[in-house]
Amino acid sequence: MAAAAGALRRLVRCGPQQGLGRRLQLRSGIHGSAPAAVQVTVRDALNQALDEELERDERVFLLGEEVAQYDGAYKISRGLWKKYGDKRIIDTPISEMGFTGIAVGAAMAGLRPICEFMTFNFSMQAIDQVINSAGKTLYMSAGMVPVPVVFRGPNGASAGVGAQHSQCFAAWYGHCPGLKVVSPWSSEDAKGLLKASVRDDNPVVMLENELMYGVPFEMSEEVQSKDFLVPIGKAKIERQGTHVTLVSHSRSVGHCLEAAAVLVKEGVECEVINLRTIRPMDVESIEASVVKTNHLITVEGGWPQFGVGAEICARIMEGPAFNYLDAPAVRLTGADVPMPYAKILEENCLPQVKDIIFAVKKVLNI
Amino acid sequence: MQTIRRMELKSDQLYKQKIIRGFCHLYDGQEACCVGLEAAINPTDHLITAYRAHGYAYTRGTAVREILAELTGRKGGCAKGKGGSMHMYAHNFYGGNGIVGAQVPLGAGIALACKYFGKDEICLTLYGDGAANQGQIFETYNMAALWKLPCIFICENNRYGMGTSVERAAASTDYYKRGDYIPGIRVDGMDILCVREATKFAAEHCRSGKGPMLMELQTYRYHGHSMSDPGISYRTREEIQEVRSKSDPITLLKDRMVNNSLSSVEELKEIDVEVRKEIEEAAQFATTDPEPPLEELGNHIYKNEPPFEVRGPSQWIKYKSVG
Repeated sequence: MAAAAGALRRLVRCGPQQGLGRRLQLRSGIHGSAPAAVQVTVRDALNQALDEELERDERVFLLGEEVAQYDGAYKISRGLWKKYGDKRIIDTPISEMGFTGIAVGAAMAGLRPICEFMTFNFSMQAIDQVINSAGKTLYMSAGMVPVPVVFRGPNGASAGVGAQHSQCFAAWYGHCPGLKVVSPWSSEDAKGLLKASVRDDNPVVMLENELMYGVPFEMSEEVQSKDFLVPIGKAKIERQGTHVTLVSHSRSVGHCLEAAAVLVKEGVECEVINLRTIRPMDVESIEASVVKTNHLITVEGGWPQFGVGAEICARIMEGPAFNYLDAPAVRLTGADVPMPYAKILEENCLPQVKDIIFAVKKVLNI
Repeated sequence: MQTIRRMELKSDQLYKQKIIRGFCHLYDGQEACCVGLEAAINPTDHLITAYRAHGYAYTRGTAVREILAELTGRKGGCAKGKGGSMHMYAHNFYGGNGIVGAQVPLGAGIALACKYFGKDEICLTLYGDGAANQGQIFETYNMAALWKLPCIFICENNRYGMGTSVERAAASTDYYKRGDYIPGIRVDGMDILCVREATKFAAEHCRSGKGPMLMELQTYRYHGHSMSDPGISYRTREEIQEVRSKSDPITLLKDRMVNNSLSSVEELKEIDVEVRKEIEEAAQFATTDPEPPLEELGNHIYKNEPPFEVRGPSQWIKYKSVG
C-alpha cells in the first residue's frame, strides 16, 4: 500500500513532460503487489542502466571526474563505487585529453569503458581522442581494431551556467562518420539508450541533459526489465498527429509536447517525433510523418548554423517527402549567440513553448 | 634490422617514383629500437607508436609485402589500402597514429586493460622527442603513476622534431627525466643489445606491479622527417655521415658479431642477399596488386552492424557498408 501511495504522490508532483496519452497502471494495494509501472527520474534510470551493465559484463567500467567517491558530479553514479569498488569505478584527475585517450586505449585492448565528461563542454579538450582515435580507427584499420567505448555526460544548456558551459555538441559529433550519437529525452530513453550504447561495439556519444536529470517519467514493467534496450538509430513517435510534424531531441521534446497540448485545443494535431539518435539519424520516420502531415518543424537547443535541424531539412529536400511539403520546413534552434547569464536573456536564447506554437501557426498559416 | 633497412629504402624509391603518395615517414637509422624492443618482450605484450611506424608493423608481425602494399594503397595492404603509411595495425599493435602525442594516453589505456585483465602483460608506449612536449603526455604520466599502470613510456629521441632540434624545442632535453616521479633511464638507441637489455629491465619493473617506467632511446633517422623533407636544411650532411660511419645500428651489430666470432662476414652477406630478395618480391607484389574495389569505400564504419548505406559525394551515390 505504501509503495502504491508513494507512486501516486510522485505522479501528482510530476509535470507534463511524462508524455500525453499515457496512463499509469496502478494495481490496488489491497492485494499487496507493487504497481506495474513506476515513476523514475532520468537520473535514476541512468543509474540503473549503469548498475545493470556493470553487473552484466565484467569488462564494463566507468571513469571520469568525481564518478566514484563523490557519487558523480550530478549523482548519476550514486552508489556504484560502494558496490563495485576502485577497479570498476575510477576517479580521474582533471585531465580530459589524457583520460579520454586512456578510455579509448582500454577499449581498443578489449575493455568496454564508459567515459564520463562532467559536461560535454569539457569534451572539447579531448575531442581529438573522441573523433580521431575512437571514431576513425575501425575504418583506418579496415575492421581490425574496434573501439567499444561510450562517452556520456550532460550536453547543451543548463540554467545560468554561462556561455562556456552551455554549448550543444550534437552537430559537432553528429558530423563524424564512425561515431554513433544518441540523445535521450525520457527515463525510458536514458535507460534503454545507455544500455544499448554500452552493448554496442562502436564508439557512442551519449548527450544527456542536466535539466532532465531530476524529471520523473513513467517506466513500464517492460522498461524496468534488465534486458530492455532502446535501439540506436530509431526515432520514436511520442505523439501521433495529422497537421504538422515536430521533430526534436532531448529536452526540447518536452517543449514540443507542451506546445501540442496547447494547440490541440485549437484543433491542431501535432505529431511529435523524438529522434533519440542523432547519428545514424532515422530519416525514414521523419519522411513518413511529413508525407502524412505535409508540414515540418525541427526543434533543438543547439545553434542554428550547420545544426541538426539544418541536416534534417537538407535530407527531407533530397527525399520523397519533399513533394508532400505544403510549406518550407522550419527550424527552431538556440539563438545564434553565446549563452548569456541573465535569466531573461538565457530564456530567450532557447526555443520556448510559445515559439513552437508560433511556428506551427506560421507554417499552417493560421 | 636489415629487412627493415631495405624495406625503408625501397619505400624511398617507390615514393620518388610516385607509386607511394601522401605521408611517408621512414625509420632507417632507428632499426635497433624496434628490433631491440621486440626482442625483450612477448608477442602477448602490447605496443603502440606514432606515425614512423613501418618498422614496428614489421616487428609486430606484419609481412613486408603487406606493409609495402599498404603504402602503395593496394587491397593486399595490411589495412586493405584504407590506412596508409600512418595507420598500420597488427595483433597487439595499435598503430600507427597520426596525431602527435595522442597515442600516449591510448597506450596507458591499453596498459590499464592489461592490469584489469590481470594477465601479466605490459604496454610499450612510444613517442618522439617532438611529441615529448605534448600536454597530454604529462596528463598520462600522472595517471599511469597514480594507478601503477604497467606501461613503459619510450621516447625515441632522434634529435629532431621535424625541422626543430631538441635544443630549440625543449627547456629540458633530458627526456628520460621528464616523467618526474616516474623512474627513467637513458639508453643508447643505436646499440641493439642496450635496447634489449634496458627493455627487459623496464618490462620486469612494470610486470612486478611497481608502475610505469620511462626509457629514452637516443637514436637517429637518416631520412628527413618525411619524404617531403630532404633533411639537410636543419642539420648538416656531415652530421648524418658521421652517424652512419660511427653509429649505424646494423654495422655496430655486424662488427660485434664478427669480432666475437659469432658470425662470419659471408654468413651476414647471405642474410643480406635473402633480405634483398624478400624486399624485391614484396615490392613486386606492392606494385602489381590491384587497388581496393570501390565497394570497400563504405565498409568498416561500424562493427557488428547489419549492412547499411553510406552516402557518397552526392545523394545519388550510395555505398553499402559492412563491418
